[in-house]
Amino acid sequence: MAKYKKILFDPIFNNNPIALGVLGVCSALAVTSKLETSLVMSMAVIFVLAFSNLAVSLIRNHIPTNIRIIVEMTIIASLVIIADQLIKAFFFDASKQLSVYVGLIITNCIIMGRAEAYALQNPPWQSFVDGIGNGLGYTFILISVAFVRELLGSGKLLGYTVIPLSTEGGWYVSNGLLLYPASAFFLIGFIIWIIRTIKPEQIEEE
Amino acid sequence: MSNDSIKKTVIVALGVCLVCSILVSTAAVALKPRQEKNKKLEKMVNILEVGGLYEKGVDVEKVFAEQLEALIIELKSGDVLPKDKYGDMLQPGKYDIKKVAKDAKYGEAIPGKEDKAKIKRKPKYMLVYYVKEGGKRTKLILPVYGKGLWSTMYGFLALDMDLKRVKGYTVYDHGETPGLGGEVENPKWQASWQGKIVFDDNDKLILEVIKGKVDPTGPKAKYRIDGLSGSTLTTRGVDNLLKFWLRESGYGPFFKKIREASSDG
Repeated sequence: MAKYKKILFDPIFNNNPIALGVLGVCSALAVTSKLETSLVMSMAVIFVLAFSNLAVSLIRNHIPTNIRIIVEMTIIASLVIIADQLIKAFFFDASKQLSVYVGLIITNCIIMGRAEAYALQNPPWQSFVDGIGNGLGYTFILISVAFVRELLGSGKLLGYTVIPLSTEGGWYVSNGLLLYPASAFFLIGFIIWIIRTIKPEQIEEE
Repeated sequence: MSNDSIKKTVIVALGVCLVCSILVSTAAVALKPRQEKNKKLEKMVNILEVGGLYEKGVDVEKVFAEQLEALIIELKSGDVLPKDKYGDMLQPGKYDIKKVAKDAKYGEAIPGKEDKAKIKRKPKYMLVYYVKEGGKRTKLILPVYGKGLWSTMYGFLALDMDLKRVKGYTVYDHGETPGLGGEVENPKWQASWQGKIVFDDNDKLILEVIKGKVDPTGPKAKYRIDGLSGSTLTTRGVDNLLKFWLRESGYGPFFKKIREASSDG
């Protein structure tokens, strides 16, 4: 049990795919201007990551090495299409805002990375948990970034006004920079800084 | 059998493809009704928005039924079609602009040089709406569509009852580049259409979407709309669809009938 706990929770702080591996940053910049889209995106990534790991792991002893990457891509692409269809059916508003980014999960390096680095060597159940764990690590960063961006950028959380904006008669002058994708770079940088200050062993050797 | 033999490679490749394709097609087919329902609802919300009737949390179907009056008009003559001639295709609840335009009986091809909006075919009959407030018709909502850069942009244009000013513009279906041409969806941009003058005193179309920003102090600001930056072709597409639908090739005859009726009374 302790082993699974470690697989599940390690990727959140100790081995975060974004903070330590600096993978999957592209989508973390694009969808984090609002909490809602970040949540839907994270759910989609957890879903794809867990099941792609599971599927790759199930057939890991039968995958011919020379078509390994293509087989993984096929599985990942299919799962992404299914996730996209589900979002279109059940989270229509979010799907409009996420637009192409759900499709771009296919190119999210975290998913391919986990399939290659973990699922190919480990049994299905562990791989599945590893997928969820890494998805949670991704979620953690996305939610943190989106929280700051939505709160200070548009004075709202999940679409509800928290700080009344000066443009709407309130007192808060919003920080427009936070609505642009580049601001996520700074925020992710801060998160990496904080994590590496608490856990100096994550600092790369020079 | 070795994993790297040709036989095994082919078997694994085919197997994976087969399983994946079954999963993907099952999901697509099973979820289609729900997605269509979402799309239909979004279209209704769009119609309410362009008519200025939408607020968050309203009962869309109820407002739709109570405050909108649906009419089918014949584009060529501008006449309102009597209800008993609707047939199956033209029922307002079922009217699908894409299907009607394609239909051999209810749609028609547009001659090349007239086809400003580059849509190739148009319906012979259009579903238009009147907004009713306090029992009176206050706005006219017209479906308009035309080609942008990548896709056909479907939307609605709302006019006041004198056919002088724009009351709203929305796009509910398009495939333009997100962030660039996709900004046709931007509510701020759409709000800038509000109150622009459509026709001059001789009923000639003057409303236009220009490239770049409109000089807000200039005399032309009353009938010009900002182009979307970084998307010249999408912007031109919107301008073209106005030129197609608001002239003789589109709702021209219908406008004429409305003007005649109002000058008589």
